[in-house]
Amino acid sequence: MARIIGGIGTTHVPSISNAIAKGLQRDPYWAPFFGGFDGAHSWLAQEKPDVVVVFYNDHGLNFFLDKIPTFAVGAASEYRHADEGWGLPISQPYPGDPQLSWHLIDSLVADEFDVTMCQEMLVDHAFTIPLALLWPEPNARPVRTVPIAINTVQHPLPSPARCLKLGRSVGRAIESFEQDLKVLILGTGGLSHQLDGARAGFINKDFDLMCMEKLASDPDALARYSSLQIVEAAGSQGVELLNWIAMRGALTGEVAKVHGNYHIPISNTASALLVLSNQAEALETTYRKAS
Amino acid sequence: MMEHRQIPGTPLFDGEAAQKGYALNKMCFSFNSADNRAEFLRDEQAYCAKFGLTPQQCQAVAHRNVGEMIEAGGNVYYLAKLAGIFGLNVQDIGAQQTGMSVQDFKAKLQAAGR
Repeated sequence: MARIIGGIGTTHVPSISNAIAKGLQRDPYWAPFFGGFDGAHSWLAQEKPDVVVVFYNDHGLNFFLDKIPTFAVGAASEYRHADEGWGLPISQPYPGDPQLSWHLIDSLVADEFDVTMCQEMLVDHAFTIPLALLWPEPNARPVRTVPIAINTVQHPLPSPARCLKLGRSVGRAIESFEQDLKVLILGTGGLSHQLDGARAGFINKDFDLMCMEKLASDPDALARYSSLQIVEAAGSQGVELLNWIAMRGALTGEVAKVHGNYHIPISNTASALLVLSNQAEALETTYRKAS
Repeated sequence: MMEHRQIPGTPLFDGEAAQKGYALNKMCFSFNSADNRAEFLRDEQAYCAKFGLTPQQCQAVAHRNVGEMIEAGGNVYYLAKLAGIFGLNVQDIGAQQTGMSVQDFKAKLQAAGR
């Protein structure tokens, strides 16, 4: 059976991609950010996931405002990056896992998450940058991928409670998949930032640090906010936190923080990394004891 | 029930904004193609007309003013593609919208970390 080894939340600020292309990882501006990934690299080298399920939001590459799905699941054998309009390097295609994708779709719809199903899906920087950060050697990237896009752009947005439930449904679906796979869950974007309006440049360190703590210990505490309350506390684009909340929802076992990093600013954003391990066996033991 | 909430200094890209800004955002979406970016640069007014931008939207584009574009229904993720053509990054447009110099805007971001 498939097993969820853990989840990682990471920022996906576009300029990271240019910094990687220019080799600026040790530059004084970037070092506190890139240095934070060492702890994630060593954990990944030990855990060796086979598949990554990525909760992210599209920024107008695959989806336009003519049709915006609230939740969309990729079901392709390959996902391509493309020109996003402002000069980011274009990444190599990413292998998909259609069998797992359709299993997720079947399970989610049966569980009343009526998702959009995408047999073709361009993935943007919110998908490509986290993978580049976690596996800096593109040819050594060991994983197949399943992208799940959450609408964080066109209001009304799904609520944090709904995203947490989506994540939990994805988690249960993965654990009922018959192949022996090690699955990692990613949630990308955030943390606090705002690009638009008179409040542009807004960052909320206290709120971010609280969120990082609750993501590890008590995600239901974040599900009590509305999406607009998250916008107010974390900024218009800080609401990408929804992707992290969905990631956390998928970790249905015993969750422990492995590693974290938080650094202000990267571009206009409070950058963050959170690595969480998920011990599914511990949960089974608990069930056995209870029954 | 739909929640209504006014957040000072924070434009919400809701149904009203999405309807108002549709033509402008659709033009910005077209800038995912290098050919379209080149066509815009060759004749900006003709390109705006092709997408049916309103006079307010055309003026905001002519002014290179992201605040005015948002006022006209633009969404910042789409506008970023247009701002990129003008050579403006998110610090530049942050400074523009807050009335600060780019240097002061960057200093404000740095200060948020302390």
